[in-house]
Amino acid sequence: MPVPPASAAPPDDGQWTAPAKNHANTRYSELDEIDTGNVARLTVAFTFSTGVNRGQESAPLVVGDTMYLVTPYPNILYALDLTKPGAPMKWRYEPKPAAAAQGVACCDVVNRGPTYADGRIFYTTLDGHVVAVDAATGGEVWKVRVGDINTGETLTMAPLVARDKVYAGNSGGEYGVRGWIQALSAEDGSTVWKAYNTGPDKDVLIGPEFKPFYAMDQGVDLGVTTWPPDAWQQGGGNVWGWLSFDPDLNLLYHGTGNPGPWNAELRPGDNKWTAGIFARDADSGAARWFYQFSPHDLYDWDGINENILLDLTWQGQPRKVLVRPERNGHVYVLDRTTGEVLSAEPFHHLTATRGVDLKTGRLNYVPEKAPQMNRVVRDICPTAPGAKDWNPSSFSHQTGLLYIPHNNLCMDWQVESVSYIAGTPYVGAEVRMYPGPGGHRGVLAAWDVANAKPVWEIPEKFPVWSGAITTAGGLVFYGTMDGWFKAVDARAGKVLWQFKTASGIIGQPTTYRGPDGHQYVAILSGVGGWAGSVVAADLDVRDGTAAKGFVNAMRDFPDATTKGGTLYVFKLP
Amino acid sequence: MRAPYLAPLLIVLCGAGPCQREEREVRPDPAAVAETDERVALSTITAGPAAPVVETSGKGRDYETNAYHLSQGKTLYKWFNCNGCHANGGGDSGPPLMDDKWIYGGSIENIVAAIREGRPNGMPSFRGRIPDPQIWEIAAYVRSMSGNVPAAAAPSRSDSLHARPAENRQTPSPPVPGGSTPPSGLMPE
Repeated sequence: MPVPPASAAPPDDGQWTAPAKNHANTRYSELDEIDTGNVARLTVAFTFSTGVNRGQESAPLVVGDTMYLVTPYPNILYALDLTKPGAPMKWRYEPKPAAAAQGVACCDVVNRGPTYADGRIFYTTLDGHVVAVDAATGGEVWKVRVGDINTGETLTMAPLVARDKVYAGNSGGEYGVRGWIQALSAEDGSTVWKAYNTGPDKDVLIGPEFKPFYAMDQGVDLGVTTWPPDAWQQGGGNVWGWLSFDPDLNLLYHGTGNPGPWNAELRPGDNKWTAGIFARDADSGAARWFYQFSPHDLYDWDGINENILLDLTWQGQPRKVLVRPERNGHVYVLDRTTGEVLSAEPFHHLTATRGVDLKTGRLNYVPEKAPQMNRVVRDICPTAPGAKDWNPSSFSHQTGLLYIPHNNLCMDWQVESVSYIAGTPYVGAEVRMYPGPGGHRGVLAAWDVANAKPVWEIPEKFPVWSGAITTAGGLVFYGTMDGWFKAVDARAGKVLWQFKTASGIIGQPTTYRGPDGHQYVAILSGVGGWAGSVVAADLDVRDGTAAKGFVNAMRDFPDATTKGGTLYVFKLP
Repeated sequence: MRAPYLAPLLIVLCGAGPCQREEREVRPDPAAVAETDERVALSTITAGPAAPVVETSGKGRDYETNAYHLSQGKTLYKWFNCNGCHANGGGDSGPPLMDDKWIYGGSIENIVAAIREGRPNGMPSFRGRIPDPQIWEIAAYVRSMSGNVPAAAAPSRSDSLHARPAENRQTPSPPVPGGSTPPSGLMPE
């Protein structure tokens, strides 16, 4: 059975100090007080209003006897005292981000969570800052600006802290923003290294150590030569998703977002280094290998999803792998020391691609589904948000299965000319999404990593836009956009308990051992994000192209839920 | 100069019955390109019992009722990436423009001001970026998205995939000030 490397997934101490739980990104808790036998009795322990009714994509953290949660814009950080009845507020920290930043956030004004290390909470703000806050007092330790909203840059991702560095990247793939990731000193926020994901090798930190596995990723200055002249400067490749870290190899793994603009006719070439994954030396940022999931991306298939680090036996050989449920609809298993693709199997209905050539590493696009100017291309599956968007899956150390919350959507797509105006959207495509085969729009899927095949699926009416976690109690927790928080038997795929929260759920569950020694489960309720912006931003359902075409698939959604922003914490009675 | 040759033809055609041609100000006098000065309020209340002081020139009506200006506005709406944030009127990162909820006022003068000045929660300021007559054309087109221009003048088709019924088929929805929920108690829109 696959297992995460011990150095990246240390024994559980009952806390939950980073959204991904550990550097291997497994989101698995060893707590087992709540199990398949008693979960049906789960009850509300306490609630808390975040005071912000936009999409709550964040994960509530627990460090010691304190819970920390960060809101969407205006990115307020709250600390709750778990030792007292009702978990009253200890303090709040307000970074007061610039209100104008809301205008350059493509897909709701979300934040994907804070991270704790060495007495400090680190997180990003929508207006392009990274902040460090004293976890005990709520005092600001440092606050540095790394992005410029006037060029369309925002920060929405949860940073990763490893050793003495904080890693964060920018959002803005829909604004022609050139993507980067940087390492900041955890001590004072100063930049240790910064790597761009388009442009000349020296900007990308590509040097003699760079050894990509496939020929398509080998060459000099591919970040320039795989673009029309200068197009790489507005080329996207942003880092707004999940980071993993392998302490043994000292490698940081990060995906790169979609190339800009969406209209692929304006950027002939492979558009390196977008829609792929880099392995970088964690200390210097030097690139070690790269693999491009979607060369010359045609459909906004950002490569930013979670990378789950596992060790397993593959065809008789022990391999250090990285598992990635990718936006283009395949679960990839890559050798994380070399970037070789061991397998890429579909987990979504596919019409626009025909598999991955394991010899060349290339995704095979279906030519008839390639967008052309002045032509509507119909029945493209999966859609722009992909088979699966940012919302992270969980690997159970107990069952060896990966639990993938995902979409079941298809779309029509037409590209059109677009002007680059800094600080405004740079998209050039009109989109209409609709439900995929079966008519349901979301799925929670259990996936057998070792055998690269699906095990069971739970269909959901709306896209599943929440993350998932697993526990040693044999459970999977996730939430639905119409507000149900669910506990599922991890082996059988049967829903054992569910609770209807105030708004829809697009957040990341967490579980922890409270100061009383008992296990708790936490989730933020409050719909939004790209899928839920029709409710969070009061969009007009008569325009199917609203929210970049997502509204067409969500016309009935305003009748299913309303806005919100509430923390729910559950326990056994 | 083709106009002198066309003029007799028009006289002949119009002689057969009533004929009113729409006037097109294709390229405005550069002197008129200076910023217009309309006095509008963002509030429907004022200190005292009367309505707020509003003094408009009436220029807005000339734009709203003119098919050429509305058509130009529709083209410019895409050229200046308005659709990137407001889609085809249904909204995205910016609010919808085809409904009746107007955070900063729904008159053409209010919309011109919003484009020119920007608005605090994300609308960029386009002052100095879009010539003034084109701002008026965009604002007139925005009015057409909610059916608040004459149907005979509103655009009747789009060049891209069918997103929604054409502007000239839009049921009129007169502006209602406000009506949207601010994202947080700390930052009212």
